[in-house]
Amino acid sequence: MSNIKQFTKGLLKENPTFVLVLGTCPTLAVTTAAMNGIGMGLATTFVLVFSNLFVALLKNVIPDKVRIAAFIVVIATFVTIVDLVMKAFTPDLYKTLGIFIPLIVVNCIILGRAEAFAQKNSIYHSVLDGLGMGFGFTLAITLMGSIREILGNGSIFDIRLMSQEATTILIFILPPGAFLTYGYLIAIMNRIKAKYNI
Amino acid sequence: MAKLESSFKNMILSLTLISVGMSAALGFVYNLTKGPIEIAQKQKEVQALKEVLPEFDNDPTAGLKSQEGLNYYTATRSGEIVGYAVNTYTDKGFSGRFTLMVGFKPDGTINEISVLDQKETPGLGTKMKEPKFKDQFPGKNPAQFKLKVKKDGGQIDAITAATISSRAFCDAVQRAYDGYTVYCTESDTLQKTDAEVADSTAFQVKGGNQ
Amino acid sequence: MEFIKIIILALVVNNVVLAQFLGICPFLGVSNKVQTSLGMGAAVIFVMALANLVTFLIQFYVLNPLHIGFMQTITFILVIAFLVQVVEIILKKSAPSLYQALGIYLPLITTNCAVLGIAILAVQKDYGLIKSVVYASATAAGFTLALVLMAGIREQLELTGIPKGMKGFPISLITAGLLSLAFMGFANLVK
Repeated sequence: MSNIKQFTKGLLKENPTFVLVLGTCPTLAVTTAAMNGIGMGLATTFVLVFSNLFVALLKNVIPDKVRIAAFIVVIATFVTIVDLVMKAFTPDLYKTLGIFIPLIVVNCIILGRAEAFAQKNSIYHSVLDGLGMGFGFTLAITLMGSIREILGNGSIFDIRLMSQEATTILIFILPPGAFLTYGYLIAIMNRIKAKYNI
Repeated sequence: MAKLESSFKNMILSLTLISVGMSAALGFVYNLTKGPIEIAQKQKEVQALKEVLPEFDNDPTAGLKSQEGLNYYTATRSGEIVGYAVNTYTDKGFSGRFTLMVGFKPDGTINEISVLDQKETPGLGTKMKEPKFKDQFPGKNPAQFKLKVKKDGGQIDAITAATISSRAFCDAVQRAYDGYTVYCTESDTLQKTDAEVADSTAFQVKGGNQ
Repeated sequence: MEFIKIIILALVVNNVVLAQFLGICPFLGVSNKVQTSLGMGAAVIFVMALANLVTFLIQFYVLNPLHIGFMQTITFILVIAFLVQVVEIILKKSAPSLYQALGIYLPLITTNCAVLGIAILAVQKDYGLIKSVVYASATAAGFTLALVLMAGIREQLELTGIPKGMKGFPISLITAGLLSLAFMGFANLVK
């Protein structure tokens, strides 16, 4: 695969959220607002890129039998780094994302890419893969967050689109709305892929 | 690209080195961020104090009292007490605990409230930060004003579809007031007659049984 | 009574899957047969109860006293990974058919956000050790409940005609959404 493709595949063709359906927990939980989507997406991208980087870097010194444990140590380290940095410099977002920041460590996307890609490919390609998957994830959950925020709260990125008194479809902000939005978005994605042969 | 053989020695060595290396990096970042984290937390506190208290010129965080999970701050201007702030919480929020900073005037009236940390549902519970709900509190004195939502016999208009968050908010403010009557007014040279003190404690008991 | 309250809260009011969004991957992946769901649920209850016990002790007797709270994520997830390995070995010896049926989803309990998530949440609440374990077990039972309900519905869905674009994840997610809506009816059951 060409270098560019390593990056772009994560955006659409192998989008982790809508195609691979990985990392579903944060996708459902955090997408109550578009801003949360971006925050979580970037935090996850950071961890993904560095974990892919280090796994690719260390792949020859990690014996096969302990590879999962080793991956976990690496991933957990970067998750904690992101956690500390957010606590210091973006305290409001940190409080909103709450427990889902440490839960990045079990985001199947990260362990999945380490196992399926980074341990078998070059450092350069692994970083590109991480960036592509990370951005694909960020775009996807920001899209979902935007839809839920617009329909459920009448705003996007905290900018009000409707008057304060307008009735919004509250269900979209609540748990059932998360499932429904995600389900329909995957269905739409499937249709688009089938129609345009992506 | 030959991988390291999975011998026992190699496994232990590799895992140990990686763990130690990663932990060291983590410790390093922890030390780097410790300062900024404290600053960020203090900044929020100071900002909230400025919002909820009348104009003051001392540092209310110096000599703050901590009792039973609440923090009490005294604000003075030119040596005279102008207000008290209470850092209060409630565990009855829709998404668990959230914290408020409530500012009281020396006569017990609520001056202003600032929402510190909350993770209520956006568009619902988060509306507690908006004037439509929050502005119901300033100017009210909990000694006479019932700090409950109308559904529960009180005088507060709950947020539409967010009764739980609204109730929890009242719970936090009540907690702040109860603490305030015990810890803020006691140790001060406020002239209170014995009757007034008896009245305020009587209200506390009533409030607890409601 | 406190315990009953904790159990009901964890089981239906704040159901870990349908309200807190933890454990979605196995929820979507394993819930196609009721039998497997029960087996997975049992394994998760066991792992979560044990994991909460150990992580609680680590938090309060190692991390806090040494002021290395920032090592929480790493130590917790390693404890969980280790426990899952142990469960795997035990199941392989004592219940090989279940072991086969669960397949890859058994080691995946490690990445079940519910296990790590509840371990972290439990030490944030003011629960003692026993309450913590009860909380974890009840939460895992809630997971099992959601899983079995979903499996029951999906077994029936297999027999109906679903539009092509909706097959698989979309219809599962929409079903989950409806289940979640139903469970919202439990809100305020206990406060």
